[in-house]
Amino acid sequence: MKKYLFISIAALMMTALLNAQSQYKAGDIAADFSLKNVEDKMISMSQYGDADGFIVAFWCNTCPVVKKYDQRLQELHAKYAPQGYPVIAINPNDPAVSPGDSWEKMKETAAAKGYDFEYLFDETQEVARTYGATNTPHIYILAWKDGKLVVEYVGAIDNNADDASAADKKYAEEALNSLISGEKVAVAGTRAIGCTIKWKKG
Amino acid sequence: MRNLFVIIILLTGGIASLTAQKIEKIGVAELEEIIASQGDVLHVVNFWATWCPPCVTELPYFEKLSNEYGGKEVKFILISLDFPSQIESRLIPFLKTNKITADVRVMTNIDYNSWIEKVDSSWQGNIPVTLLFNNARKVRHFHPSEVTEKELRDLITRFNSN
Repeated sequence: MKKYLFISIAALMMTALLNAQSQYKAGDIAADFSLKNVEDKMISMSQYGDADGFIVAFWCNTCPVVKKYDQRLQELHAKYAPQGYPVIAINPNDPAVSPGDSWEKMKETAAAKGYDFEYLFDETQEVARTYGATNTPHIYILAWKDGKLVVEYVGAIDNNADDASAADKKYAEEALNSLISGEKVAVAGTRAIGCTIKWKKG
Repeated sequence: MRNLFVIIILLTGGIASLTAQKIEKIGVAELEEIIASQGDVLHVVNFWATWCPPCVTELPYFEKLSNEYGGKEVKFILISLDFPSQIESRLIPFLKTNKITADVRVMTNIDYNSWIEKVDSSWQGNIPVTLLFNNARKVRHFHPSEVTEKELRDLITRFNSN
């Protein structure tokens, strides 16, 4: 009996480890969520009646790389929301570890920067874990297909965090343009340096 | 009087040379060279940036252990991912203020997707991360997050077979 208990505990731990490392990739079905925005309203993707998909951006108030991309995320929303792909930004950082990423500070950030996309708080970090997000910024482009949200792209917005004008590979835009014109997304995954998500301790 | 003048010149010259700390800039080729190094020594390669608070927290542990080993047995390389535009304005002053004497190099290729996978296939680009390896002994370990001083010591003890 003891042996079986041990084996099942070991199996559970293995599953937990595997889950912790797995990340959505192109072709996976993404889970919807219900998260609080900066106006204290719960938002989920299924509420957007006319969207063809989403640009889900794991985001925060504090990360210097996020700040570098701030204007670019707003431009993506301005350009692609009218074409069916609005931005939804999600802050998964634990304010106990990163005080600048509290919900109150999110409200300040959204107001100061004039975000016109939803900025949501992943307080339990469950969405970030489910999606397998590792850092901010981390972009997931999703598209509705047969009532399901299919992951089409995971990674960076482009290939130059420091200087938007010097970026010569605009991964997110290229993926969105392909989706909108009904073509296959050519580059479905990239990696980029960012700030590690501030996970809850213990 | 003339001597005083000479002394002032020498002093200012000395200060100027102290200020002009140099840092080795590397690209993808140099990074690949580091990772492929065949020397029979444990390499500890840390990826960090001054803008990354957990990186800055753990940096003194690397500095301390680097001094303890004094270049023998274990080779430490701290690869900064600070933005190239901030090397002079931010990275070098940071190294001076924090008296970092360890081997710091700065990665100037910021087309991250072109090289992150070369470091480790599981790395998504979060920092800090640390790669430990001794290619001559086929030892390799990728630590995907920050370390405490004790964790770093334990990792080095575990993988240093010399």
